[in-house]
Amino acid sequence: MIGLSHYLAVAAILFTIGVFGIFVNRKNIIVILMSVELMLLAVNINLVAFSVFLGNVTGQIFAMFVLTVAAAEAAVGLAILVTFFRNRGDIAVDDASVMKG
Amino acid sequence: MALQAIAFYVMAAATVIAGFCVVSARNPVHSVLWLILSFFSAAGLFVLLGAEFLAMLLVVVYVGAVAVLFLFVVMMLDVDFAALRQGFARYMPLGLLVAMFLAAEMVMVSTAVASRGAAKGNDAPMAAAHSGVTNAEAIGRVLYTDYVYFFQAAGLVLLVAMIGAIVLTLRHKPGVRRQIIMNQVLRTPKSGMTLVNPKVGEGIDA
Repeated sequence: MIGLSHYLAVAAILFTIGVFGIFVNRKNIIVILMSVELMLLAVNINLVAFSVFLGNVTGQIFAMFVLTVAAAEAAVGLAILVTFFRNRGDIAVDDASVMKG
Repeated sequence: MALQAIAFYVMAAATVIAGFCVVSARNPVHSVLWLILSFFSAAGLFVLLGAEFLAMLLVVVYVGAVAVLFLFVVMMLDVDFAALRQGFARYMPLGLLVAMFLAAEMVMVSTAVASRGAAKGNDAPMAAAHSGVTNAEAIGRVLYTDYVYFFQAAGLVLLVAMIGAIVLTLRHKPGVRRQIIMNQVLRTPKSGMTLVNPKVGEGIDA
C-alpha cells in the first residue's frame, strides 16, 4: 500500500538531488537553474501529497502558485543568462562579479 | 492496488533516476531531456495521487514552456561545456556528504510526519470521488473565491517576468535606420523645404 510517506520520501530524494546538483555543477549556471527547477518540483510533490492525503485542496492551489513563480524565475534567469553571455562571451559563474554595480 | 503500487514505484524510480541524470549528464542538452522525463514522471505521480489538473499543468507549463526555453538557451549559447565541468570531482565528496545528511533528515522527518502528524491514519488518498466533484472543479471553486487575490497576484508576477525578460534581452543595434512615425507626422512644409532665390549664373550652394 502506497502511503503518504512514500511520496514524501520521493520528494525528499528529489530535493536532495537538486542540492547535490548545485554543489557539483558550481560553474555551469544552466545546470544550476535546472537543479533549482528540480527542487521546486520536489516541493510541489510534497504540497500535492499532503493536499490529497489531508483531503484539503489548498495544497494544490499553492502548488499552482509555485509553478507560476518557477516559470517566471526560469524566464528571467535565462534572460539574464543570455544578456550575460552577450556581454562576456562565456557563462562561467566565477566571472559573475563583473555584474556588481 | 498492486497495479497502483507498481505504477508508483516505476514512476518514482523514473523521477529520481532522471533527476540524478540531470545533474550528472556531461552534455547540458541531455540534461534538459532528462529534466523533461523527470517532469513527465512527476506528472504521472500526480495523476496517481488524483491531482489530474496539476499533472496536466505540469506537462503544459514545465515540459511545454520551461524545458523548451532551457533547450533553446542551451542550444543557442556557444559555450565550451567541458570547461564548465572541471571541479566536478573536487566538489563531489562535500556534495555527497551534504546530500546524504539532507536526505536522511528529510526522510526521517517525513516518515515521522506521515505516521504521527496531522495526516496520521490517512493511509489512503482521500479521493475526490467522495465529494462528487472532479479535481479541476474542486480547484476552481476555491481558486476563484478564497484565493482570487493570490490568483491576480500570480498573473501580475507573470506579467512582470515577461516584461523583465523582454527588457533584459531587447537589443538596439546602432546604425539601424528605423521609421519614426512621429517625426514624419510632425514634419511641416516649412521645415521640409527651403526656398532660395539664386542669382543668374551662380547656382546655389547648399
